[in-house]
Amino acid sequence: MKFLCIDCDEVMTFAERELPGDGTLAAVFACPDCGREMAMLTNPMETRLVSSLGIQVGGRTVPDQPLELVRSSVATGDEQAFVDRPPSAGTVLWSEAATQRLEGVPGFVRGMVKKIYGEYAVERGIEEITPEIMDRAREDLGLEGM
Amino acid sequence: MTAHTRKFRTYHEVADSDAEDIVGQIEAQRSKLADRLADIDRLVVVASGKGGVGKSAITANLAAVLAERGRRVGAFDADLHGPSLAAMLGAKRTPLVVSEHGVEPAVGAAGVKLMSMDLVLSDGAPLEWRQPDVAGFVYQSTLDTGAVRELMADVVWDRLDFLLIDAPPGTDKLARLLELLPVIDTLLLVTTPSEAARRAVGRAVQQARGADVSTIGLIANMTVHECPDCGRSEPMFEADGASRLAAETGLELWAEIPFEPRFAVATDAGRPLVLEAPESPATRELDRLAARLENPTSDTA
Repeated sequence: MKFLCIDCDEVMTFAERELPGDGTLAAVFACPDCGREMAMLTNPMETRLVSSLGIQVGGRTVPDQPLELVRSSVATGDEQAFVDRPPSAGTVLWSEAATQRLEGVPGFVRGMVKKIYGEYAVERGIEEITPEIMDRAREDLGLEGM
Repeated sequence: MTAHTRKFRTYHEVADSDAEDIVGQIEAQRSKLADRLADIDRLVVVASGKGGVGKSAITANLAAVLAERGRRVGAFDADLHGPSLAAMLGAKRTPLVVSEHGVEPAVGAAGVKLMSMDLVLSDGAPLEWRQPDVAGFVYQSTLDTGAVRELMADVVWDRLDFLLIDAPPGTDKLARLLELLPVIDTLLLVTTPSEAARRAVGRAVQQARGADVSTIGLIANMTVHECPDCGRSEPMFEADGASRLAAETGLELWAEIPFEPRFAVATDAGRPLVLEAPESPATRELDRLAARLENPTSDTA
């Protein structure tokens, strides 16, 4: 899929991805010449179709995680099915509020989500993960379904 | 007012770095699978065009007998909706350890490394996907194929002599599996002497021949029943579909496994018969099959 700026005859480049809710995926593309922006909005079915392929619109924002598709897509998974070892590089603190919020994530996928937030924080030199950091990471990384 | 017709270039005519690179992401998935399987000497798919012929039980027992012969063996259950390999190999439901390198496989009877959807699902629950309220069926086969790929590619198999893949029943699913795998050393098609099995497995043979599989062998399961008292053998089926299938397709019957009630009993208990009864007729036949797999011949499809 490519978006062409008709005035400039240039391919618009991917700028950012957001999840405004309702299963909608918003992918923003901009013309490198004139700067014009456009947003592609997918409905929940289209969003699911893309994620069922195990791909991300606009390219990957985080490295793929082991069993990412299975863990984010299976609805009948065993809460105790996985034990996630923390990554070897870097450690980060979790505030009490962030920990509580993480507890709300199904156990089936919680370890993977925690790892992604942890890597996000380590890469940016963030020492403690708070709910606000989680919100920012979710927006920055476009974590569909997480 | 005159109609204005724009003349667009095609997708490929428009130069672009293609940062989105969806095709690249799909290719990366395939490469990851190929890389993961690169340290496995022999990839053996056990399949059938028909359900209920004992394919999973043969996979479990063949994996166990190969391990007993000193081989490093893995078994992958590609039947997401009816997984049975974990139970047949007696793998305990312990949490799967996930590290940055991947998922550690479970370990079943005879030390066989194992991955199955059975280890992931809530006990007794069917596989259900998260999906929008309407038209979920649209995504089912895509998710199924993606999950099979991921469950193979993300497991830390390490070096193996054999990885046995228990294919799901149905020629459509077999076709997707064959296309997904970077290489298939041997395809074992399991049938029974019944005519119904002959027809169904015959379709699978045709499908496999169109899929660049180098070696195909037929396995006839439940061929005869041996009386435990008098030792007399009687055919399980009136028909001789397995031999007819071999003649029609030009494929060789690599094994003819007799029916033994304790085969199912032992396998259902998570103790493959080859471990429980090393001298049984079925075990001896499976042992011969294992020896043949260890020494590939020039059989071709």
